Amino acid sequence: MSVLILIDHSEGQIKKSSFEALSYGAAVAQQLNVSAQALLLGTVTNNLSDLGKYGVSKVFQVADEILNAFDAQVYAQVIAESAQLLNATVIVVAQNQTGKAIAGRISVLLKAGLVTGAIALPDTSNGFVVKKSVFSNKAFANVAIHSAVKIIALNPNSFSVALTEGTATVELLSIKPKEAKVKIVSVNKISGEVPLTEAEIVVSGGRGLKGPENWGIVEDLAKVLHAATACSRPVADTHWRPHHEHVGQTGFQIAPNLYIAIGISGAIQHLAGVNRSKTIVVINKDPEAPFFKAADYGIVGDAFEVVPQLTAEIKKLKG
Amino acid sequence: MKILVCISKTPDTTSRIAFKDSNTKFDESGIQWIINPYDEWYSLVRAIELKEKDSSVIIHLITVGTADTEPIIRKALALGGDEAIRVNADSSDSYYIATQIAAIARQGNYDLIFTGKETIDYNGSVIGALVAELVDLPYISLATQFEVEGTTATITREIEGGEEVNQVQLPIVVSVQKGVAEQRIPNMRGIMAARSKPLKVVEPVSAETLTSFINFELPPAKAGVKLVAADNVAELVRLLHEEAKAI
Ligand SMILES: Cc1cc2nc3c(=O)[nH]c(=O)nc-3n(C[C@H](O)[C@H](O)[C@H](O)COP(=O)(O)OP(=O)(O)OC[C@H]3O[C@@H](n4cnc5c(N)ncnc54)[C@H](O)[C@@H]3O)c2cc1C
Ligand SMILES: Nc1ncnc2c1ncn2[C@@H]1O[C@H](COP(=O)(O)O)[C@@H](O)[C@H]1O
Repeated sequence: MSVLILIDHSEGQIKKSSFEALSYGAAVAQQLNVSAQALLLGTVTNNLSDLGKYGVSKVFQVADEILNAFDAQVYAQVIAESAQLLNATVIVVAQNQTGKAIAGRISVLLKAGLVTGAIALPDTSNGFVVKKSVFSNKAFANVAIHSAVKIIALNPNSFSVALTEGTATVELLSIKPKEAKVKIVSVNKISGEVPLTEAEIVVSGGRGLKGPENWGIVEDLAKVLHAATACSRPVADTHWRPHHEHVGQTGFQIAPNLYIAIGISGAIQHLAGVNRSKTIVVINKDPEAPFFKAADYGIVGDAFEVVPQLTAEIKKLKG
Repeated sequence: MKILVCISKTPDTTSRIAFKDSNTKFDESGIQWIINPYDEWYSLVRAIELKEKDSSVIIHLITVGTADTEPIIRKALALGGDEAIRVNADSSDSYYIATQIAAIARQGNYDLIFTGKETIDYNGSVIGALVAELVDLPYISLATQFEVEGTTATITREIEGGEEVNQVQLPIVVSVQKGVAEQRIPNMRGIMAARSKPLKVVEPVSAETLTSFINFELPPAKAGVKLVAADNVAELVRLLHEEAKAI
């Protein structure tokens, strides 16, 4: 019996959400008194034995280069076969783009009940109950998994990484991936920017900024904070900003450490995408803007005056 | 080409979220039900666009739900689509729902199965992957663009920090989101036409449920906003640094 954690990677690098999944899986294993093991498909440049620091004792790798290109069908097959081979009873993946593509498939292959969007460790005092985010972060649900094998897809930024001492042993698994049916024609990474869903700090602009030509103040602030930029839906819909910056109910749902909302009214559909942020700062000239009700800190003022000052003050702080 | 579009029913996005029966059930009183936005705005509209380009395209809609989902599926038919299937079952378990959709998918020999990115109530983001594995088809998730030429689909999907363009042969399962189409509003002609479109009700196949909802919780209320004067931005930076430890 073991907890098996999937290590997700891109361009040879393990993703931040997978480090969270490793720490989470290690904690689940400790709770169940079984071993925590990690599974890597393909190859990365990270030193795998270092993953022991996240609490796993073994890292299994299916080192086939084919697996550096993602195909949900192939991934699911390899993961399900590995899980059976290793007698895994709990499988942990990150609820990111990869997790969303494969968790359901593994669930079918292993007849394993699945909770997606988990935000806390399972309650194993009576059965196996996982807390997940529902109603676009407006509530939580406790969901029981009844099957022998269980799958948890952990929401990014909802479990803190805890480092321990220790190294992991690395072992190759010889599992033959089946042929991929999906051909990757091209990959278009937005270079130089911090990926929104992984960002610790997000600076976001709304219609209050009046037009795309005014986004310089948002970008300058983001730059001093090493933050990702985001926007409200009408801003993306009117093409002031690219769609991949749109947060909210129908856009990305994010949970950064700090979310700074500039010229955004705070409609319920916008809040649904950002209200898991640890600290929320609102800058809005209207003291009645609903966003202030969901904020931790706020300034009632004109963004065009406040934001450049904020950037300057942060620069000062950072020396 | 035959397309199956999965339609789910969700509370309107402005709904007040509350629970009843000792927090074990969602309180539906006063709730307006809508078609899940991802299903209505993107997957259904993209299917309709494909039919507008090629009139031989056949669109079937499917929903798994009890009789109270009928207004929703009728509304979807008013937007477009040739006929609808309702699997008469009540479940919140994704595996159970997907098994029902897969059973219809197998009988119908569809070239393309569309789901939304996620339901905005239970936020599973999982039905597409489950269905794809149950019927053993490739699955492209979180599509932002969808094109098809003969039997080859070219799909742009979201990846971490960017996009990836995939090519794959039909039949396939695809989950879609913003970008694949633009939201439409049903017109009178569509609403009239929908009345005479077939809506088949079928009984569920037997299927397991692997999970169940125990209860719900609302997040703790925020302590309240700390306002800083607009001419004292340095104070905000101090609070963020020293108190919130966010920068
Ligand atoms: C089904 C559905 C789904 C939706 N999904 C989303 C979603 O995912 N994400 C999303 O964001 N929205 C979504 N919306 C839209 C949402 O309801 C709001 O319309 C939208 O969030 C408003 O965007 P905004 O705050 O940028 O603009 P506005 O509401 O116009 O607010 C602009 C704000 O800027 C302030 N302002 C103006 N000038 C200044 C200045 N100089 N300095 C400082 N502040 C200033 C104003 O006081 C105002 O509060 C959805 C709506 C529906 C119906
Ligand atoms: N009861 C249902 N009936 C038909 N389709 C559904 C149902 N529930 C979910 N779906 C489809 O699956 C998508 C993702 O839902 P979920 O995995 O529950 O977040 C939705 O956008 C729908 O397209």
